[in-house]
Amino acid sequence: MSVLTHTSPRAGATAGVLAYLVSAGAILLLMMVFGLAMRLEQAQIISIGANRFYELMTLHGIGMVGVAALGGAAIMWHFLRQYVQLSPALFIANLVLFLLGVVLILVGVLWGKFAGAWTFLYPMPGHSMGVWDNDAAALFMVGLLLIGTGFLLLYLDVARALIGEYGSLAHALGWPQLFLGKGKYGPPPTVVASTMVLIVNTIGIVSGASILLMMLINLYFPRFTIDPLLAKNLIYFFGHVFINATIYMAVIAVYEILPRYTQRPWPSNRVFLAAFTASTVLVIFIYPHHLLMDFAMPRWMLIMGQVISYLNGLPVLVVTMYGALTIIYRSGIKWDMASGLLLLSMFGWAAGVIPAIVDGTIVINHVMHNTLWVPGHFHTYLLLGMIAMVFGFMYYLANGSRHVRAGMLDRLSFWAFAAAGMGFTFAFLYGGLSSVPRRYAVHLPEWLAYDRIASVFAAVVIAAALVFVVRFASRLRTARGGAT
Amino acid sequence: MYQQLAWQITVALTVVLGLVFAFIALNAGKWTEYAPLQMRAYRLRTGFFWTLVLLLTPVLVYSMSELPYDAAHRHPGNKPQVIDAVGYQWYWILSSNEVTVGRPVEFHVTSGDINHGFGIYDQDMRLVGQTQAMPDYVNKLQLVFRKEGTYKVLCMEYCGIAHHNMLAEIRAVAPTPVPSEDNK
Ligand code: HEM
Ligand SMILES: [Cu+2]
Ligand SMILES: [Cu+2]
Repeated sequence: MSVLTHTSPRAGATAGVLAYLVSAGAILLLMMVFGLAMRLEQAQIISIGANRFYELMTLHGIGMVGVAALGGAAIMWHFLRQYVQLSPALFIANLVLFLLGVVLILVGVLWGKFAGAWTFLYPMPGHSMGVWDNDAAALFMVGLLLIGTGFLLLYLDVARALIGEYGSLAHALGWPQLFLGKGKYGPPPTVVASTMVLIVNTIGIVSGASILLMMLINLYFPRFTIDPLLAKNLIYFFGHVFINATIYMAVIAVYEILPRYTQRPWPSNRVFLAAFTASTVLVIFIYPHHLLMDFAMPRWMLIMGQVISYLNGLPVLVVTMYGALTIIYRSGIKWDMASGLLLLSMFGWAAGVIPAIVDGTIVINHVMHNTLWVPGHFHTYLLLGMIAMVFGFMYYLANGSRHVRAGMLDRLSFWAFAAAGMGFTFAFLYGGLSSVPRRYAVHLPEWLAYDRIASVFAAVVIAAALVFVVRFASRLRTARGGAT
Repeated sequence: MYQQLAWQITVALTVVLGLVFAFIALNAGKWTEYAPLQMRAYRLRTGFFWTLVLLLTPVLVYSMSELPYDAAHRHPGNKPQVIDAVGYQWYWILSSNEVTVGRPVEFHVTSGDINHGFGIYDQDMRLVGQTQAMPDYVNKLQLVFRKEGTYKVLCMEYCGIAHHNMLAEIRAVAPTPVPSEDNK
């Protein structure tokens, strides 16, 4: 066992970070079981009925997005605190608001039978055909508003802290270095990534909150109507930005932990800065690729959607993935669960970018939009990318922020997670190849074989995730104290 | 077929990506001085960047040469049959259920309540085209039916708890040999 140098003085995690991760881990496992239940229902192995299926789909979608947000925020907050003064009270306030929101959402879905999907596409929440009533839809939407408010507070605190330390967000993004050639290196990668996330996600959350408010008014005062295409734009803008921001928060674990393992720096050079400035812009303007089948959209926006989908992959592949591979190559790194999962996460993210770009191509989208191809690509970069980053971070903390050789069970779980995760996501992609629509409670007989195989893979993924989460939960004391 | 192409590209590139990661992981254990390696890696990165740009740009441009939005201009002189399609929870109302093989059809797609998706499946249950069906807007989808037989319309946008049951059928029949008004 070698204690890593470079560790910050506060190598151990705060109780707040641990509370985030424990909440995320618990909700994650539950949502994975819901996911498995959906797959089993599609495979016609169990029979819970369409209503229950769509309730679980709603919970799984919003729950997983929430898990990603919690996990990403925990990573960002843990590492950003090395550089700027963040408010622990606001960090906890966000978690409290989150859990309150979760309660409202659970009541809205399980008691109120709301099944409008996590994208709550206007005007569906108010048109359930008698399945749920307005109050159930309102509970769900108010729950979402609470969660959004919590994150907004968190980002405002991050903004305050960054501006306090660096003078402005432009400085925190390293613009003086990037555009004015002032010095070779900008602020640390963690600072740059946090700045990008705070900018895009603040805009995202404000858009989400505004459409939620409008829709709440519309629920009770139907004469106040909303342009459905505008609503769609706002919702997908919010959804796209919010879920993407979780990955850019979580990737901070890669920027911080791999350098400690390899004793090599992750420089915030001009290429890195340029990549993040580009990503800031691209993540905001890419969302029309969700609207490629809305022929009524302005043509230029749809074309922009495809062009930016292609561009958006470049910073991810050329800077972050390439950077991770460079730092590892011939570094003498000693593998353990943390470094292994972080490398896997780089693969998962990059692998998810491929089918995403493919589907961002308008002519392909025409025959693959809203097929299982879509969950196929996003499960690749969320499950094998984003969530793998969170697992890697959990192991890093659970091991006292240093290298610890992995035991047999952990190693087995790692490979099971990687292999079954790929199998699971490729079963979705294969569904896309076979034109299976997404969000169908009932599948045709010819689609069942893949649903069944996917169910087996999903069960294996859950078993591995259980090992990861239990391992973490049983080592909270080490995680709290850092290197012992 | 675009689905096949999408799958093949994705599988091939994922395999390549996996091999690259395996190569790096297998060569991670040995130690080398970082500075010279870093210099080489930066030079290689420039190459990697330009390779991606050079590969993606032509694909991008070429893939936009025939957008589904412009299908109407692709059959000059062949007046399309127009069919109005309206989605409701949870059924479709089509102004006609019969089309002619080979003659372009223009669907004027909208919704009577909430968002739906108008997706057309051929006899092999392969999606051949789609557009969103949304209230207050009409999306015009042009398609040419190639094979005789029954096509299906499925809903492609989640619209509530019977979303998967929103089916309609379209019969594609052979063109009648009698000269029709089309030939005038
Ligand atoms: C064992 C792991 C998982 C299983 C078995 C699973 C299963 C599923 C299934 C069956 C669907 C519905 C697919 C359909 O449209 O027919 C789905 C949708 C979804 N999943 Fe997962 N999933 C897993 C992990 C994750 C993770 C880790 C995330 C994100 C961090 C995630 C986020 C989502 C989202 C956002 C949706 C879309 C919901 C919607 O269409 O409204 N899933 N998942
Ligand atoms: Cu529908
Ligand atoms: Cu539908």
